[in-house]
Parts: sequence; structure tokens; C-alpha cells
Amino acid sequence: MAESIPSDATPAHDDHHHEEPSFASKYIFSTDHKMIAMQYMFTGMAMALIGGFMAYVFRMQLAFPGIDVPGYGLVTPANYNSLVTNHGTIMIFWVAMPVLIAAFGNFLIPLMCGCDDMVFPRINRLSYQIFLLSAIVLLGSFFVQGGGFGGAWTAYPPLSAKAEYSLTPLGSSIWLIAVALEFVAFLLGGINFVTTAMNARAPGMKLYDIPMVVWMIVIASILFMVSVGPLIAGAIMLLFDQVLGTAFYDPDRGGDPILWQHLFWFFGHPEVYVVLLPAVGITAEIITVFSRKKLFAYKTVLHTAIGTGVLSFTVWAHHQFIAGIDPRMAHVFTLTTLLISIPIAEMMFVYIATLYGGSIRLTTPMLWALAFIGEFLIGGVTGIFLGASGSDIYLHDTYFVLAHFHYTFYPIAIIGTMAGVTFWFPKMFGRHMNENLGKIHFWGSIIPFNFIFIPLFVLGLGGQHRRVFDYTNFPDLSLPWMQEFRVIATVALLVMLGFQILFLYNFFQSIFKGRKAERNPWNSNTLEWTTESPPPHGNWPELPTVYRGPYEYSVPGRDKDYWPQNEPV
Amino acid sequence: MTIRGTEPLGPAGEGRRPGTIPNGLFGMLVFVMTEIMLFAGLISAFVIGRAAAPAWPPPGQPRLPVEATAVNTLVLLASGAALILAHRHFHQGERARMRRPMQFALGLGAFFVLFQGYEWVRLIAQGLTLTSSALGSYFYLVVGMHAIHALCALVLLGYANLRLQRGFLTDSLFGAVETLWLFVVGVWPVLYWVVYL
Repeated sequence: MAESIPSDATPAHDDHHHEEPSFASKYIFSTDHKMIAMQYMFTGMAMALIGGFMAYVFRMQLAFPGIDVPGYGLVTPANYNSLVTNHGTIMIFWVAMPVLIAAFGNFLIPLMCGCDDMVFPRINRLSYQIFLLSAIVLLGSFFVQGGGFGGAWTAYPPLSAKAEYSLTPLGSSIWLIAVALEFVAFLLGGINFVTTAMNARAPGMKLYDIPMVVWMIVIASILFMVSVGPLIAGAIMLLFDQVLGTAFYDPDRGGDPILWQHLFWFFGHPEVYVVLLPAVGITAEIITVFSRKKLFAYKTVLHTAIGTGVLSFTVWAHHQFIAGIDPRMAHVFTLTTLLISIPIAEMMFVYIATLYGGSIRLTTPMLWALAFIGEFLIGGVTGIFLGASGSDIYLHDTYFVLAHFHYTFYPIAIIGTMAGVTFWFPKMFGRHMNENLGKIHFWGSIIPFNFIFIPLFVLGLGGQHRRVFDYTNFPDLSLPWMQEFRVIATVALLVMLGFQILFLYNFFQSIFKGRKAERNPWNSNTLEWTTESPPPHGNWPELPTVYRGPYEYSVPGRDKDYWPQNEPV
Repeated sequence: MTIRGTEPLGPAGEGRRPGTIPNGLFGMLVFVMTEIMLFAGLISAFVIGRAAAPAWPPPGQPRLPVEATAVNTLVLLASGAALILAHRHFHQGERARMRRPMQFALGLGAFFVLFQGYEWVRLIAQGLTLTSSALGSYFYLVVGMHAIHALCALVLLGYANLRLQRGFLTDSLFGAVETLWLFVVGVWPVLYWVVYL
């Protein structure tokens, strides 16, 4: 049928004749959602290594000021600015988003919804290609005159608008262009995710039968697309200020620098939930499988996630309490910010209720999922101090903010990702990862993580400012114990980075040499486990039909404790 | 093998999963959501910028062509109306009768963009440029963003016309093109009201 009419959406899959595709068409120009997911994941992993290396360099500088950092050399103030700016940018836009949304979204949505590919496969391929281009453009900015952008990842003008402040005349524009390209890539991807999950599900799969992780990725994509519009508007204005000499943000010429902060944070705060929700969804899948219980209050979780999304558009100015906004407005944003902790707390309680009374199996993915709950809780609770305008005035721009932020994003981007990767690894590659190495890597990442950021909380309460490059220049602002805490954090970081080598070894060794995985190694219900591991091109020889929801575990009266979605009664 | 949900459909949508709207239309609706927020961001920036200015419009700057653009706005609205007419014929299955309104929609849209370009040339000659004042900056930013959208949508509209002539216009493609063009038409009166008046 598809071959007779040159439709705009079909020709990607006309593979009735099965000759072996060339290397390029199989691995580089593929329109297969699973291959695109792998491309996103491996690009994200490479960027995570680069972002991690940056963290290593500036943490070394902070612990041992003026040291010749092994593998990098002397860190100048300009280098330091570029490194912290691009560490933040890379970890959020080129690691968290591509892996959590794009890689898992691409891999899971068609498989969990029971269709053979995304509805717009070529747009999907274009999405990855633009994403790859954006990554290359960003990394390229380090090699231009002045180096990579050094105005902090929030790019506040006038720091970002004027080269005499950021000292990166070309880097700041290239940074903006790279971020804009990355947004285009995720727009294209997001359109695909939402349309596929809504239009192309297996027969019988009603809205409340969709696995939670798919819902979360769909909601996150919508949040991203709604929030990104104003930021694109703001970014164009910033680019005009940098390149064409307009004065949108220049107070000397009638502009308003706070305007950028509004446009940026209107995007920036929902962005937290854009990456949080997929991690929450991944956790839901893992917790139900490894406690052999139904997800507690499926509909409530879903409605809460939607409510959180709506509420997340009303909290942005809590980033600007000391930017000179009206104190009465600060009250309103304090209120909304404290309100948004309620739905997230509710999700945590839902997970605990799911665990309650279950037969818990502490596999590696389950450990990561449990760690996500525990560690994110710390991030959430410390956020309350920053959301309340009264205490935020003291804590603003200290390491307390930084530690809080990392206690939210590390659980999301690293713990959530690790949970997902270890859980779906058998499906992705058809082999198991080594469970013992996985557990060693888990503890080797979690314990040092707390040793990095708990000292930073204390330093923040002690008043350490997040933008200071070398505290030996300000002996009056620092105490001897504070320097010791900086060293503790850096040493913990080195330990944590060291354990990631173990992960990389386990990951790549298992891809080629791991124990072979069957179709459904975890005895899970969702549709992706009903096909071969790894799934063939087209996913199923015959597309499945769905008869029930995704979390029917330990149903009384059945001999098996799971009940796959596609199994007829 | 075809991808589920993407089979080419007839004008009445036979073969589609019951209860779903065509993929192209759905995807474009999601995209237009982003676009609405983009223009909301631009409009709010403009309103804030205008409120912060000591005098508006800034002294010594040429006035915007309010009357001529009002006429041009009507031209654009007529283009949208023609497309809605084409939509009705499309869903009644009368492909032959929708050719004329489709061509009208394209032609009127093209006239709108060309006339806007002509106005820009005149304004630049009168001294309103991107850097001459806040008015100039915001004018070219907001109206220029709309012009870029109009151009892209016109290209798609032309493509849909071509597909219609060859008899290949799917409801997925038509739905997508129609949604984008009606967005371009619909957002313009708002921009005219905010920027020109």
C-alpha cells in the first residue's frame, strides 16, 4: 500500500527485500527508532565524559588553587569560566536531555506502545543529525579565539551580551547557536514522541494502559515544547544584541537585562521537570517489576505529573529573588514554589507505597531506582530553603544552591539514567551486564556523590560564593576548614570518576561478551519484553494486541506472578 | 510493511485508526503550540520594552504604516478564508473544487509577504532600522519573525498545491499545511494590534 502512493511519512520502512544494508545506512543514516536511540545514548555518554572531565578540572582548581591540573595544565580565570559554563550546559542539554528523553523516548515509546517505529521516522533521523551538529558546534567553540563561552550557563546579560565582560567574543554566539540547534532537535523529537504515543498505539491499549515511563516522556516533551518558545524568542534577541548591535538587554540604551532572566527561567524551571519526569517514569517501571507489585495509584501519579507540569510554569521567578523584583511578587512565587513540592512528595510516597509489602529483589537497576528516591528527596527538601524568598536572600549564589541543584540533577541524570540503562540493557543489546560489577559501580558512585555535595552544602551555609575562582585571593572570606571541605569534595569526585571506568568496562564488555538474555529476563509485563532481545527491525513479526494495563503483578489466582499486557485472558 | 498509523489515507480518512486525527495534523498542532509560546514570548518582551521607554513611539522615528498594513491584514485574512473554503471542499471529497481556493490562498499570502517587504524597504529608507531605536529593534524582530514563518508556510502551501494538482494530497499533509497557515494568518492581527496600534 505504501509503495503505490508517495506519501510524506512512509517510505522509510519498505524493506520487503532483506538484503544486508550498508554500514552507513545501518548505523549512521538509519531511520530505525532503536538505532536513533543508540545514537543519542552514545553521543550523550561521550558528552558526559567531556562534562565530567570539565568538572574534574575546575574542582582540582578549587581544591588546590593554582595547581597544574594533570591532563589539562594551569587553569586561568577565563578557562575556569568557560569550564563551569560549559559543564552546566553540556550536562543538562547534551547529557540529561538526549539520554533521558531522546534515547529512552526513542527506544521505549514504539516498543512499549506496540508499534514498529515512530510515526515520522525521517523527522526522527533529522532530529538526531541536528543534535549531533549542535554538539559539534558547541565543542568547536573551545577552539575559536577567546575560547568557549564563559558567562555561566544561565547566560545573563550583560555578561553574555558584551564581549568585554564575558571575554569570549565568538564563544558566546557559538554557544547560543549550539543551544538553539539542540532545541530544534528536541522539538522534532518531541513532536514524534507525542504523536506516536497518541496515534500509533497497539489495538486495545487505552490511555490508562500506557506504561508510566511513556506518559512521563510525553508530558515532558509537551512541557519542553511549551516552555521553549519564550526562550527561543529571548535567545534571538540576545544573539541580535551580540552580533547586530541592538539593545534589547542593554540598560544604557533603554534595554532591560531582567527581561532575559524572565524569558530564560520561564523555560529553565519547567526544564527541571522535563528531565525529572522521565526519570520518575523509569523508576516506576523498575520499582513495580522488582517489588512484584502493581504501581500504587497509577491514575493519581499520572494526574499529578500533569498538574506538576502546569504548576511548573508559575514558579520561575524564584530564581530572581535578589534580581530586584517586587517583594510582593516574591511572595507569590514563594507560595507557588512551595506548592510544587507537594505533588513531587506525593510521587515519592506513591513509590514507597508501591514497595510496601512487595517481594523486593535488590538487583542493580532496583538499587539505582531506590537511590533515586532517597537522593532526590534530599534535593527536594533543600529546595524549600531556596524557594522561600526569606532564606533565599542569604543562600542565593552560594554553594548551597549549587549543592541543591546537583542533588536534584545527579539523581535525575545519572541515577535515573543508570537505572534505565541497567534495566533495559538486556533488551537493548541482547545480553546481561555483570551484576557484581554493576553493584560495585553503584556503591562507588553513590557514596562519593554524597561526599562531594554534603560538604558543598556546608560550604554554602558558610557563605562560599559559587562564582569565585580562587579563594586564596579573598583570605577574609574563607576559613581554614572551608578549604579542607573543598579538598574532600574534590577527592570524592576523583573517586566517583574512577568508578565510572568500571561502568564503561562493564558496559562495553557486556555488549560483546555478556551472558545472553532471553526475551523477558525480569518477568516484566510491558510490551517491549515480548519481542526478541534485541528487537529486530520492525520490532515484531506481527504487531501485538493489548488486553490489560502494564502493572498486573502478583494477581491472585494466577500461577505466574506477572501477566503480560499482550496475553489473552 | 508500513508504520502503524501512517498509511496514506483517502480524503475521508479511511484506513485511519478510529478516533485518531491524522499524524501530520497532530504533529503540526503540537508544533503550533510551541509557536504560540514563541510569539507570546516576543509579544511580552515587546510590551515590557515599550512600557520601559520614556516616550513611545521614540521621537525622531518614522511612523509605522498603520492604514496600508490594515489593508494588507485584510488580504491575509482573505487568504485564510480561502483556505477554510478549500478545507470544506476537501472534507466533502470534492478535490476539483478546492483547486481555485487553494490557489487564492497561496496568491493572497504571497501578496501579503511581498507588500510587507515593500513596506520594510520604505521604512528603512525613512530611517527605521534594527539599531536606530527600540521601536526599530522590536519591529523588525517581531514582524520579521512572522515574515519568516509566513515564507516557510507559503512554501508548504505551494507544495500542497502541487500535490493537489497531481492528485496525491493526503489529509495528513493537508491538515499540517492548513494548521500552519491558519496559525500564520491568525497570529497576525494580534501582532498588528500590539505592534502597529
